[in-house]
Amino acid sequence: MNSKLVVVVDYGMGNLRSVAKAAEHVAPDHCHIQISHDAHEIAEADAVIFPGQGAAKACMAAIAEHNLTTALHQAANEKPFLGICMGLQVLMTHSHENNGVDCLNVIKGQVSRFDTSGLSEFKIPHMGWNQIHQQDGHPMWHGIPQDSRFYFVHSYFVVPDNSDLILGSTDYAHQTFASCVAQNQLFAIQAHPEKSAQAGLQLLKNFMNWQPKSA
Amino acid sequence: MGLAKRIIPCLDVANGRVVKGVQFIDIRDAGDPVEVAKRYDLQGADEITFLDITASSDQRDTLIETVAQVASQVFIPLTVGGGVRTVDDIRRLLNAGADKVSINTAAIHRPEFVKEASDRFGSQCIVVAIDAKRVSQANEPLRWEIFTHGGRNATGIDAIEWAQKMVSLGAGELLVTSMDKDGTKSGFDLELTRAIADNVSAPVIASGGVGELQDLVDGVVEGHAQAVLAASIFHFGQHTIAQAKQAMQNAGVEVRL
Repeated sequence: MNSKLVVVVDYGMGNLRSVAKAAEHVAPDHCHIQISHDAHEIAEADAVIFPGQGAAKACMAAIAEHNLTTALHQAANEKPFLGICMGLQVLMTHSHENNGVDCLNVIKGQVSRFDTSGLSEFKIPHMGWNQIHQQDGHPMWHGIPQDSRFYFVHSYFVVPDNSDLILGSTDYAHQTFASCVAQNQLFAIQAHPEKSAQAGLQLLKNFMNWQPKSA
Repeated sequence: MGLAKRIIPCLDVANGRVVKGVQFIDIRDAGDPVEVAKRYDLQGADEITFLDITASSDQRDTLIETVAQVASQVFIPLTVGGGVRTVDDIRRLLNAGADKVSINTAAIHRPEFVKEASDRFGSQCIVVAIDAKRVSQANEPLRWEIFTHGGRNATGIDAIEWAQKMVSLGAGELLVTSMDKDGTKSGFDLELTRAIADNVSAPVIASGGVGELQDLVDGVVEGHAQAVLAASIFHFGQHTIAQAKQAMQNAGVEVRL
């Protein structure tokens, strides 16, 4: 098999080292993991991991500051692409965080805040291990038992216009939200696979082995 | 189905070693943070907290190295506390692979530090540690104050008001330790835990006093905590994390098994 370059996008938002370390831990021999904030390197990559933490506005500002908007659009539409946490949310059209932020618009839809008013037992952020209910037998779910728990930490969740894109859902505060979204050769997850023990490591491994038809 | 309550073993580290004796039957070096963390991960720990008890700040580089080693081999959330005083301390810990940092004394000296930290890195990685002690007399309504220096120094700050202030400044989680109960093995201060958990929007971790598995269950069921933290009950082989999870599940608490 030809060697494969997997770039973890570094735009100054979040714990990339954790993502890169976890990916390295499970990478097949032919995969090489590289952290980069360079648009050319992202363009050269065979696959892209797009993590993110913090607020939507700061994330979008950091993407613009690093001149990564075009490179990210291209990668998200053309090559195996894994969005993680805020790296899922900023793929959407618009987020309600920070009084409203226009996002990358790779996936049509909104980002909304959990409504926990009157529900004091449901804390914000949604923090900890929750189950992801898999919608179908997508290759990214290979070897991961149905309803496995993943580690989440977030206060907002995505609402894609096209609900057919939802590949995993999770319950919190009497709501069911989209915790995984897939569109062609893009897969994005609200949880942190790099912090989700065996299930998360398997998902990262699946990503590196994934050969989407449209890519 | 829904969010699981978390069980968090806490390890004291100094100069790159786990101290206060962790004992596992089948472990080569019980002082090696990587080995100990791996063992807790295997047992099903939901997170691991490292408390740096190194006296001098010139050992920070050792701590950073320890965090980096653990983070490259253990893939569950790691929280690091102890001596976190500046935005640069936080940046270095997060870059080394910590997921959250716990701020204690620095928040008391300068509460805005919590805001600066959460604005910069996001609330999700800022834990504020609250060390509280009962100050009410037997015939008075319950009241707790914040104490520093292991419970020796009073600050005069009301614990519940402080908890609310920390969350409003951006704390994403509160680690609430009863200084009356810490080390007693007589269970959490459940009134304290509940008084804070019911009055803030952020998750609360109960800490201080765990002596048996039922104490962990009580912290969640009666204390309304989202997570429970313990040290010696796990370190000395008295119970495994898996047994603690089973006890919680038997009591009707949702856990990750």
